[in-house]
Amino acid sequence: MNKGVAITGMGIISAIGNNVAENYASLISGKKGISKIFQIETVHKDEIMVGEISDTNPVLEKRLDVSENQWSRTVLIGCLAAEEALKNAVITKINDVRTGLISGTTVGGMDKSEQYFYDYFEHPEVRQHITGLHAGDSTKKIAKHLGLEESFVTTISTACSSAANAIMLGARMIKSGQLDRVIVGGTDCLSKFTINGFKTLLILSDTYSAPFDDNRKGLNLGEAAAFLVLESDEMVKKENKKVLAYVKGYGNANDAYHQTASSEHGDGAVLAMEKALKVAGMQSSDIDYVNAHGTATPNNDLSEGRALIRLFDEKVPEFSSTKAFTGHTLAAAGGVEAVYSVLALQNNIMFPNLNYKTQMKEFDLTPITQVTKKPLRNVLSNSFGFGGNCSTLIFSKEA
Amino acid sequence: MSELKQELKEKIIEQLNLEDVAIEEIKDTDPLFGEGLGLDSIDALELIVMLDKDYGIKLADPKEGKKIFESVETMAGYIAEHRSR
Amino acid sequence: MNKNNHIKSYCHINEGIVSLNGKAVYENISPDFASFIKSAYHHFETDYSKFFKMDNLSKLAFMAAEVLLQEKSSPEQERNMAIVLSNRASSLDTDRKYQESIADENNFYPSPAVFVYTLPNICIGEISIRHKLHSENSFFIFDAFNADYIKEYSDSLLDTEKADEVLCGWVDFDEGRYEAFLYIVSHQGSHLHTKEEITRLYLT
Repeated sequence: MNKGVAITGMGIISAIGNNVAENYASLISGKKGISKIFQIETVHKDEIMVGEISDTNPVLEKRLDVSENQWSRTVLIGCLAAEEALKNAVITKINDVRTGLISGTTVGGMDKSEQYFYDYFEHPEVRQHITGLHAGDSTKKIAKHLGLEESFVTTISTACSSAANAIMLGARMIKSGQLDRVIVGGTDCLSKFTINGFKTLLILSDTYSAPFDDNRKGLNLGEAAAFLVLESDEMVKKENKKVLAYVKGYGNANDAYHQTASSEHGDGAVLAMEKALKVAGMQSSDIDYVNAHGTATPNNDLSEGRALIRLFDEKVPEFSSTKAFTGHTLAAAGGVEAVYSVLALQNNIMFPNLNYKTQMKEFDLTPITQVTKKPLRNVLSNSFGFGGNCSTLIFSKEA
Repeated sequence: MSELKQELKEKIIEQLNLEDVAIEEIKDTDPLFGEGLGLDSIDALELIVMLDKDYGIKLADPKEGKKIFESVETMAGYIAEHRSR
Repeated sequence: MNKNNHIKSYCHINEGIVSLNGKAVYENISPDFASFIKSAYHHFETDYSKFFKMDNLSKLAFMAAEVLLQEKSSPEQERNMAIVLSNRASSLDTDRKYQESIADENNFYPSPAVFVYTLPNICIGEISIRHKLHSENSFFIFDAFNADYIKEYSDSLLDTEKADEVLCGWVDFDEGRYEAFLYIVSHQGSHLHTKEEITRLYLT
């Protein structure tokens, strides 16, 4: 059994930057990536704010050096983030050890289906996008692009906790010795599908989202891809790898309450956090900072806040939601926030919960609103998905 | 008004897939949410779509729905007053 | 490791037949899924009105779980049962339905109740709500039923004591075709939890 699950590389593309360095620069300068939507034509364009990746598909295709209009945006951004993670981990021969890819996605190639919805019948040349709609297809394309052969490749689809679950599964496979190395995370692009869906649920804010604020009006959708490279102790030793941080704890539980809403007192969230602490062998007092799920919907923040109070027994450590920077990037969110958690550990810095003004009536919790320095040992990150799927990850400096 | 109420009951059963509820079982003043028909938050959102689609009434804030969707009677009253189709 | 895990019971639903442990317990060769699953619901005297609000995938998964979890343990004591499901088509059946509702600008009334089901793991949520299961759950997308993977995952949940039992398997709905193969794995049971046995039962 492996003791530690080392993070040796990470990559990200989001509304606040095309790589890890740019994301970090935005986080510490308070630069949010939320704006009116400009890349998708939608009837809701004047009523919503989103976190879009600034590059258009042709620009992304050029960066990847792939042919035009073959892939969904989900695949394009996924490839870019995964490539960066591999480069960061200084991996040149990807097939020299047992390497896996576990990716979370919910929309897959939905963007292309929308674009060609009326064309499939008369234009056989665009029919390749039909298979692209399958969620598993995006992961296979990323694996192929990375040159992964005969390895373990799978797709997780558990809504907004998908990437967190991918990281959890990858960590387990490293721990049990099934894989030597695994690329884990998630990717989701914006699409009319999700915009309209969240719109019909009436949980989209028409302005900048304000997590944990009493006057929060809902979430901003975002798009992103983020991946970590996890490696076993043996790999780290053998190749004298630089370790960025460790995946120390993970837990998943079902809220068993409602298809989309979180339970009033955050039962699933509490269970997930408890399980993660147990796996990490920690007490709640060992957690120095919480990167909350904090979507800024009335329901999530109330339920999650109550769960935090229950878990930490009123002594809730510094916490913030970074979704006001990036928007809620759905299946990728757990990956994005894993990268941010590692950045927090590396730099001993906690990121601000933007747009927060007024404390919620229901409890006495205030997120940090400024870039704050603090020696960090352990960071806890929450990701909760529709279907009641609640996940918690704990990242640590020490193995 | 009683016609509208009857129509609403039919629509509620159909739109919200209340397979095991008969029209006669819904009393005009029965609470739709919680006790009574036991509708939930997604049903409330469906009713908001129904107001828009069938009666041309747009509700922007889901909180407004709470009063309107108290019972078939309150719904009918609101629709009669605000409908544009 | 994991030599001691067993398959306790298993359920198939496809082509108008519901079977439990290899024996047909309900048959109704309806032309369409909707009437078949509704008649199955009534046959098993399922009293759960929220069933009718579910999408096809959830109805399919829900009924299979219903058949497997019929003999309820005392409701006071929660079962520590994890759920690991997989399929090929994700939530494509409902995704298409929703997609159609937003494709036509002149008839633009997308339904929140449909959107809710555009994620495959919602069916796990439905089973969790019905049976009050708070344990670990996950949903995977594969090209075909992957006995090996489901076995590894559920064994690891049992071996690391994350769960006492795992409800796992395959539940797929696409273009009117449906197939569910769910089974419960635990420390005790009549079939060994091996790749060969899972595959054999799946094909039964």
